[in-house]
Amino acid sequence: MNEIMRVLNDVMLTLLFLPEQASTFAMKVDLLHYFVVTVTMVASVGVGLLAVGLFFKYRETKPHASTVIVNPSGKFETVIIAVPLLFFLAWVWIGFKDYIWYTTPPKNSMDVYVTAKKWMWHFAYPDGPNANAVLHVPANRPVRLLMTSRDVIHSFFVPEFRVKQDVVPGRYTELWFEATKTGRYRLYCTEFCGTWHSQMVGEVVVLAPAEFDRWLAQQRQGLAGRVDSSGAGETAEGMRGDLVSYGRRVAVAQGCLKCHSVDGGPHIGPTWVDLFSRPTLLATGQTVVADEGYLTESMMDPYTKVVKGYAQVMPSFRGKLTAPEAAALVEYIKSLRTENLENLPAKEPVYGPVPK
Amino acid sequence: MAQSPSSTSAPASTMAMAPDAAPSLPEISFINADRGIKSWLFTLDHKRIALMYLVLTMLAFLLGGIFAMALRVEHLTPDKTIMGANTYNRMFTLHGVVMIFMFMIPAVPGIFGNFCLPLMLGAKDVAFPRLNLLSVYVYAVGAGLLLYAVAAGGVDAGWTFYAPYSLSTPSTLFPALLGIFVIGFSSILTGLNFIVTVHTMRAPGMTWMRMPLFVWAAYATSIIQVLATPVIGLTSLLVGIERVFGFGFFDPARGGDPIMFQHMFWFYSHPAVYIMVLPSMGVISELVTSVSRKNMFGYKMIAYSSLGITFVGFFAWGHHMFVTGQSALDNGAFAIISMLVGVFTAIKVFNWVMTMYRGSIAIRATLVYVCGFLFFLVFGGMTGIAVATVSLDVHWHDTYFVVAHFHFIMVGAVITAFFGAIHYWFPKMFGRMYHEGWAMVAAAFIVLGFNATFVPQFLLGNLGQPRRYYMYDDKFWALNVASTAGSTLLALGVLIIIIYLIYALKYGSIAGDNPWGAAGLEWKTSSPPPKHNFITPPICDEEPYTYQKKGEEVEHVVV
Amino acid sequence: MSDAAAAKGEHGHEHPWYLAHHFDSIDVQNYAVRLGMWLFLGTEVLLFAGLFLGYTVYRWLYPLAFQAASRELSLGMGTFNTVVLITSSFFVALGYHAIKENKLKKCVAWLALTIICAGIFLVVKYFEYAHKFHVGQLPGKHYTFEGIQSPGANMYFSVYFLATGLHAFHVIVGASILAWLMVRVHKGKYGPHYYVPVELGALYWHLVDLIWIFLFPLLYLI
Repeated sequence: MNEIMRVLNDVMLTLLFLPEQASTFAMKVDLLHYFVVTVTMVASVGVGLLAVGLFFKYRETKPHASTVIVNPSGKFETVIIAVPLLFFLAWVWIGFKDYIWYTTPPKNSMDVYVTAKKWMWHFAYPDGPNANAVLHVPANRPVRLLMTSRDVIHSFFVPEFRVKQDVVPGRYTELWFEATKTGRYRLYCTEFCGTWHSQMVGEVVVLAPAEFDRWLAQQRQGLAGRVDSSGAGETAEGMRGDLVSYGRRVAVAQGCLKCHSVDGGPHIGPTWVDLFSRPTLLATGQTVVADEGYLTESMMDPYTKVVKGYAQVMPSFRGKLTAPEAAALVEYIKSLRTENLENLPAKEPVYGPVPK
Repeated sequence: MAQSPSSTSAPASTMAMAPDAAPSLPEISFINADRGIKSWLFTLDHKRIALMYLVLTMLAFLLGGIFAMALRVEHLTPDKTIMGANTYNRMFTLHGVVMIFMFMIPAVPGIFGNFCLPLMLGAKDVAFPRLNLLSVYVYAVGAGLLLYAVAAGGVDAGWTFYAPYSLSTPSTLFPALLGIFVIGFSSILTGLNFIVTVHTMRAPGMTWMRMPLFVWAAYATSIIQVLATPVIGLTSLLVGIERVFGFGFFDPARGGDPIMFQHMFWFYSHPAVYIMVLPSMGVISELVTSVSRKNMFGYKMIAYSSLGITFVGFFAWGHHMFVTGQSALDNGAFAIISMLVGVFTAIKVFNWVMTMYRGSIAIRATLVYVCGFLFFLVFGGMTGIAVATVSLDVHWHDTYFVVAHFHFIMVGAVITAFFGAIHYWFPKMFGRMYHEGWAMVAAAFIVLGFNATFVPQFLLGNLGQPRRYYMYDDKFWALNVASTAGSTLLALGVLIIIIYLIYALKYGSIAGDNPWGAAGLEWKTSSPPPKHNFITPPICDEEPYTYQKKGEEVEHVVV
Repeated sequence: MSDAAAAKGEHGHEHPWYLAHHFDSIDVQNYAVRLGMWLFLGTEVLLFAGLFLGYTVYRWLYPLAFQAASRELSLGMGTFNTVVLITSSFFVALGYHAIKENKLKKCVAWLALTIICAGIFLVVKYFEYAHKFHVGQLPGKHYTFEGIQSPGANMYFSVYFLATGLHAFHVIVGASILAWLMVRVHKGKYGPHYYVPVELGALYWHLVDLIWIFLFPLLYLI
């Protein structure tokens, strides 16, 4: 960004009271913001002044005077339709392009699970640790949040990043951002959720990449035996260690392993090894990629998308699995890759290889 | 600057109707044709029903306004100022519910639609006078239920009642939902009545292309009222059933889909915005032609764009849900459809402004309201375009930016049109004039006060303050104080208006039949009009908004 | 619906009792009330639209549960009720035809038959409901049926009870309107010169029938 642009940017930020731009998306979206808001102000003040100007020019000189009849030509009407339409469509086009970019997380994103409940935020890293209210992320590295709610709809909003996403009970939504500046940023809930909606705030701490790695290593030290310091109500009980080992405990406790193997062998249900991100053929003939959404859906509504060749015997775990438990299970399944499993006999893959 | 009312009215009536110089009230008008409280309570006269709506909706407006002021006072400090968190949550919910369901939606159609539509068409009454009376009582019952909900503990779900929060909140939601359901019936009855009236009750010679644009706007509004309202009725009923019987329709814990609630809710509530705005646009069409004594520039474009807004308005609801996780394709489609609403609105705005071109523009309170309306509509409308631009909405969604945007449309534009309409038709309703000087002072207070209240809220939204926040961060404090300061100006303006209008009811000078020298059939009868509107049934024999004398040589200009 | 009860014109000129004073002629009034009725039918369609939307969404979310649950309905009773309602629509049309031809007694008879059909419909519906209550095929949290365990079956019965319940309410309202019309026909209020109220009542009844014709295949057949 050259010098003039930077000064202009600062002027606009100050004039519009916008918070600083601390993510890659913020930079992108603010240009359109300036464009739209400038045109809006020019147009509204222009129309207002035009009306006042016409009043001064054509003031009433004698009461109840006759006036000439003025009608628009086709050309005039075409212009007043075409000009706004062109502006509007240009904005939608730019805005939609940015939006697609904003909803497409890069492949190398770091995942964090977010659980919202009245009136707090809970963050869980796939391989530990967990935290309440404060989310640590590295700068200049894309971070993807996989979010769900345990009670009502909440919404995750960080003004400096210009990102926001509703957090809906019963389903996962995702959001990604890449912070560009280290610092501490306020996190707000923006969907009304009850008495202390306004206190459902948190903080996003952006650390320099090296510092973040150090922080993460520190957090994980001795994590396996450590009770989560967050004390997050009922989750604190089971939530020890990293998410993967938590997920394994959940799988045992819920009886998942009675039907799903974790060594690649066939069983009553599909094996979990290499299941994640694999294109899977369904009984209906469709193919789905077994991503987080599909896995969670299969736990809650197992018959919606049944894998071809398996009977409909799995019970629904809706209401039996809490959101953190489901997240932990997904992480556990993600961790089960052939290359991670030692001394496993080579087996014919049940499904085709993962096209990456 | 302020003209004395009598000097405005005297030449008008001399020219329009009577040869005698001093106008007087007609001996018998709809106001005194029948006497006694019963003759009002059981009246079938659309004008009396309009006045009943005027009283009821103004009370609702004051109630909602008191809630608003309480909210603004609460925000003077970042923490608790005068009320607790639960009270605050109930207060903003009731502010929204009262203003939208008890004031905005019934007010302009109920008051000015009822009063003017049959007069403008040259009809004796609306098509179904008894349904019309019923709609008032249904409204009163619904409003009563809402007020009962307030008294019985209040409602804290926000006027949007999003599931699953609305399913689990312990506040007294059920009577409020029932109230919305019942008020919906009143809205449907009014809309149905207007559509049939426009189709069947036009005076001889009143072709579709001769109808005043207010009638076109009311007609377009009525289509929305008839087709969209049943959906909110069902939705509020389903939430009520859910709360009482646990059917699980919107409850994710039982397999329901909370996002479907939002779809059903906005399928009504987005078009409902046009129930509020379209009649206001109709009012501005009347005001701008009357104040500049001109034919309507682009009459057909304005008439058809009302129908256009009605049509595309039904398909734009998804832009309220850009951050719910709705698919990107849906978001893009809803964004483009929302842009079309903007185009139809732009057509109206340019044609209104051009109507003033080569006019003979009088300075009156109504002119101030027209200019204020134009500014609010363009600014509010274009910020609407901005929030419908998908990527920008991500930041603004559910912040004060959105609050400021819809207040610009629903308060800025609708209130200026509403007060403009009151001032414009007040002499027709009551036969007396208010004080023009005070009216202009009040109008200035309203326009300036409104800007001072809501421009800071745009900036608050940019800064990132989420809406419905009881406590807020210190960085939002200064702008909140500015907004509260502005709101006192706005409130003062409203108070001034109420005082001088009530004064004018009794002591205002006699207005005469046509104080503005305006065109349109409603000015061709006495002020106030007789019980059946016209002594002799009128015939429409001229184009709409004819401000030239009969047989006069007229210059035609095409721009 | 109609403003037929207005008596003599208040301007002094005479007109029939069924012509309201603010209409110029009976043709205009008939046009107005018919248009009003059609608009009202439009609102009814939109009222049910929300439930049809719910059906679509949940059928898409829980296809197998919906398939299994719809097998639990009594196809026999549903088909019988469909035949009853379609027949009743035929009767009400015949009643409308009769009043136009000034056959008041016949009209009363046809309307009575229509109302009897409505009664039969409701009785059959009662037995269907009673069975569902008995085995616990109930909406939302009340669902206790053991036969279908898959999630979403409770949503099927939510949609089922809401849609058929709202429809049954419309059957009751429609039958009441027809009963009121029947009494007025019997009193000789209507005839070939003025039969619009019967026409509107019949229109409403056709709508009630039509909604069932959509509900039946969606809930019972597929």
